[in-house]
Amino acid sequence: MKEKTTIITAGIIIGIITIALVILGNPANMGYCIACFLRDIAGGLGLHRAGVVQYLRPEIMGLVLGAFLTAFIFKEFKSTGGSGVVLRFFLGAFMMMGALVFLGCPWRLLLRLAGGDLNALVAVPGYIFGIWVGVIFLRQGYTLGPAGNQPRLSALVGPLLAVGLLILVIAAPAFIFFSEEGPGSMRAPLFISLFAGLVVGVLAQRTRFCTMGAFRDILLFRDFHLFSGVAVLFLTVLIGNLVTGSFSLGFLNQPVAHTDSLWNFLSMGVVGLAAVLAGGCPLRQLILSGEGNGDATATVLGLVFGAAIMHNFGWAGSPAGAPVGGQIMVVVVWLILLGIGFSITRQALAESRARAERKESEKPVESVQRA
Amino acid sequence: MTSKIIDCCGLSCPEPVIQARKAMQETGLNQVNVRVNATVARDNVARAARQMGWQVEIEPRGEEFLLTLTR
Repeated sequence: MKEKTTIITAGIIIGIITIALVILGNPANMGYCIACFLRDIAGGLGLHRAGVVQYLRPEIMGLVLGAFLTAFIFKEFKSTGGSGVVLRFFLGAFMMMGALVFLGCPWRLLLRLAGGDLNALVAVPGYIFGIWVGVIFLRQGYTLGPAGNQPRLSALVGPLLAVGLLILVIAAPAFIFFSEEGPGSMRAPLFISLFAGLVVGVLAQRTRFCTMGAFRDILLFRDFHLFSGVAVLFLTVLIGNLVTGSFSLGFLNQPVAHTDSLWNFLSMGVVGLAAVLAGGCPLRQLILSGEGNGDATATVLGLVFGAAIMHNFGWAGSPAGAPVGGQIMVVVVWLILLGIGFSITRQALAESRARAERKESEKPVESVQRA
Repeated sequence: MTSKIIDCCGLSCPEPVIQARKAMQETGLNQVNVRVNATVARDNVARAARQMGWQVEIEPRGEEFLLTLTR
């Protein structure tokens, strides 16, 4: 019961912060968007040169550091990693690539829907479809393998990167790119963004908030715990938008969005499937990175890499629609993700069968039995 | 009383929950012991077991937790 109250309260607070960030300057329906913000960071560092989306979003640093502080206080900060690291890097990249065709991570998907953007309504079934496919793999035994203890320094990579980026955004040296126009130029004041990130980081760390887990746990276990938080967040933002007059229902002229329904559906499917295979949505990966999980840090670096690729190759969606390159990429990535899922699940099945046979030959009666 | 031990150390959620649920659904078992080494896994397995009407005992063991789930 206490768990339930906590996650619902967290949903409300995160929703209010999201609304506040838009009022204070963030782009519409983008109070928070992990994919967009990491893409802006990739741009700010010059990893891509799309001039309209370059800024070192302090919300991201706040999220990682907020999670780091809470994990530390609650003795959950631990250096772990070594579970399918390279695969996770690419799963992160694929998540970002899907998100940038749709124009938003799963979190922004909810925010767009709460702002009346019906293109998001097409993408939600796509996202759930991707998660559903991932759940089939999970049920069959898909696993990236157990993580182990890692050198303590490895745990600090995520938080230290966050500190480094924070220094760069405050010092603003000439080699960092800041958009003069477009979404990258729309931003809440630096320290408010940072503070908002810290608060959400703390809440998300405590509640294990995850926009993929919300749907995955329903499909897998009929467990509505994470979903309740996500649903309350959605309702809070919806009410906030209605109150502040930023709710506008329709497909056309939605902020930072396009109307290519097929590609909205398929690209969010990529995000859903990749998120299940990687064990968490982009937000969750940032939080885990703050908790000392080196695998999650690798996934976050993959997200940044994916963003750079998308803009350098001109594959990212824009209000004009999803470019042909982006469309081909979505189909190819769908096939790659299915390949990853099949191959790993097959190996897991073969290994569990081999284990069962070994056990049978060792102990003819019962595997583990106690009086 | 038949029981089973499953080791979920290092596995990230939802894998420990999937394995624990699978064990709880096995016929004839009335006790399942689950080893985990993360608080997230501990909480999630405990919540899943309670939802399925099992009783949960949690015993910290150094860096790990041993969950005893009984029907």
